[in-house]
Amino acid sequence: MKRRREEQRYAWTLISPAMVVVFGVIIAPLFATLVYSLVHSDLMSSQYGEFAGLHFYLSALSSREFWADLWRTLDFTVVSIVLEITFGLLIALLLNERFPGVRFLRSIIIIPWALPTVVSGSLWKLIFHGEYGVLNEILLRLKLIPNFRSWLGNPVTAMRTIIIADVWKMAPLSVIFFLAALQSSNKDIHEAAMVDGANVFQRFFKLTLPDLMPTIIIVAVMRTVDKFKSFDLFYLMTRGGPSNATRTLMYDAYLKAFKHLNFSQAATYSYLIALFVALMTLAYVKMMRRGRETI
Amino acid sequence: MKRIRIVMSFILVMVMLFTFTACAKPGPAGGEITLNALFMKQAGYSEDEVTAMTDEFMAANSNIKINLTFVAYEELEPKILASAESGGYDVVLGDCIWPPAFAEAKLVLDVTDKVEKLDLDDIYEGALDSCKYEGKYYGLPWLNDVQYLFYNEAMLEQVGISKPPASWSEMFEFAQKIKDAGIVEYPVVSSWAQAECMITAFTVIAGVHGGAFVDASNNPTINSAENLTALEFWVESLNNGLINPTSIEMIEDDVLNTFCAGNAAFAVNWTYMNSVMNDPEQSAVAGQCKIAIIPGEGDIVSATVNGGMPLMITTGCKHPDEAWEYMLYLSSKDVQAKYCANALPIWKSLYTDSRVIETAGADLVEASGTQFQYIENRPMVPYYSELSTFMQAELQRALLGNVSAKDALDNMQQKALDLAAK
Repeated sequence: MKRRREEQRYAWTLISPAMVVVFGVIIAPLFATLVYSLVHSDLMSSQYGEFAGLHFYLSALSSREFWADLWRTLDFTVVSIVLEITFGLLIALLLNERFPGVRFLRSIIIIPWALPTVVSGSLWKLIFHGEYGVLNEILLRLKLIPNFRSWLGNPVTAMRTIIIADVWKMAPLSVIFFLAALQSSNKDIHEAAMVDGANVFQRFFKLTLPDLMPTIIIVAVMRTVDKFKSFDLFYLMTRGGPSNATRTLMYDAYLKAFKHLNFSQAATYSYLIALFVALMTLAYVKMMRRGRETI
Repeated sequence: MKRIRIVMSFILVMVMLFTFTACAKPGPAGGEITLNALFMKQAGYSEDEVTAMTDEFMAANSNIKINLTFVAYEELEPKILASAESGGYDVVLGDCIWPPAFAEAKLVLDVTDKVEKLDLDDIYEGALDSCKYEGKYYGLPWLNDVQYLFYNEAMLEQVGISKPPASWSEMFEFAQKIKDAGIVEYPVVSSWAQAECMITAFTVIAGVHGGAFVDASNNPTINSAENLTALEFWVESLNNGLINPTSIEMIEDDVLNTFCAGNAAFAVNWTYMNSVMNDPEQSAVAGQCKIAIIPGEGDIVSATVNGGMPLMITTGCKHPDEAWEYMLYLSSKDVQAKYCANALPIWKSLYTDSRVIETAGADLVEASGTQFQYIENRPMVPYYSELSTFMQAELQRALLGNVSAKDALDNMQQKALDLAAK
């Protein structure tokens, strides 16, 4: 008993530096942000420092701006995730086959994901640029458009361009997850199915997809959290425009903190984003459990 | 086991010691003061120029060391906000729209007593306005900048025009001739991205039509008849095919690139465009371009927007006197006369100085002498940033046809009233 207590004390001593870092970098800022959301923290407010309670939360939830931002965030999240998972799965299925050069392809598929977002965002902004973008030049030469289009300046296409840039960058991560799952799956069942005469679509929907479902759910959960927090591409490519067509919750939180000097509203948005992510994660986990129960 | 624990504990203590030592800042060498200064990368003085000015200051003041940081314009405000109180930066470059908010938020020092010792009569009013709020100065005027009209003289000559336009209506007449002659598809290019450039562009157009965003008492006047005329004029210009539709996603650098690629005949932009457009290494139309004052409309001779940027001392600065000395040096007549290729001096008396005329160019100096008489300020109110964010989106909605010009202005006016009432 005494020895066990000594060992426990020793273990705490060893991990205490790490705990100091975790507290300083994660716990303390989380707590401070919560305080900002409950206290008037507008640097220019005469009520600065006064307790506000849930005032900012109620104000955000009753504001049309907030729900519009949320809708745009969901639009970006859902479409990006569906495309990412679809392309990720298709590419992983391809890379799971044996053909000359597959190892080379497996090694270079990660390059888009490895590029810093600043680089990929700037690259895509140039590609989509309405005046000197290469996309316009290609489409014009193929006679698919009569003249140059402003992809980033059109409220309808602006969000789609960001989705394309995001999917291009992040799909390789999904590929890695799906490829790992495919490689570790039981190939005997697939061979048996082939012998029994099942075609490629039957094998995919009856065997491969159910097998991959837990991985798909995990990827969806991870990517949902990332999408809600996404800021870089919006900042680099459109700055929330045109006419707020690409202004998401995260980007609006940034504006409120660093442009409007209103830390209360920014902190409130941050916690509401975390709440939405938590709710969506809960929904995904329930789906996964229900899926397992069905099996 | 006991020996292993002793070794592990020793390693842990050494790692912690090393970490804390590495994180500690080295103290200044005997008597030396270190200042951290934050500047802008694009427009105005170049990085090389600011570095050269700073090196000269340090050579003359061996006890002061200055660390320079250059960031894009959009990064200035967040960086100032994050570091002002802690003194992460001592001297910062601000925008003329920030003093009210920074003063209210106590991010920068009131330096009125220091500024008033200068020869204020010799400083352009626009430059002084860039750091003034409610009669007090929160910075030292430094970067004196307004927008001008830049035009491709060769394109105008091709359609038989030998002088720049005297009004915006005339400019669009010229633009129509250039378009009809097949010289360029969209003769006019502007910076209408959802960013501050949208507001500076609208400030010019509103000023040209006699409009303003606030009155003399800072009461919002956004939906005035003059502003409505200005916005409707803008929308009509976009719809008549004379303004590049891609302007809706362009910032100032995009306007510069488009003009220098020979894809526009007219552009309104900041001073820095003057040195680039006729540089053969950076422009495909070098030698063809000229600068002029922005034309007016009707009885209005001209209007431009104040883009002055003052140097400010943060409230967290531990050495405000030394910071002031550094700022004074950068704003001094000799320094401003020497480095005026990309930004004109704040001192009126320097505009007849041969150094300025030779370095900046006679055309620019001549244009500025007139243009400085027609400066419009954006609202100097603490809530400007939030209003600007709202206005950027509403103006784009109007330009894209998603809302009428009248409704857009009414929405902006209501937003301004709500913010003013807070």
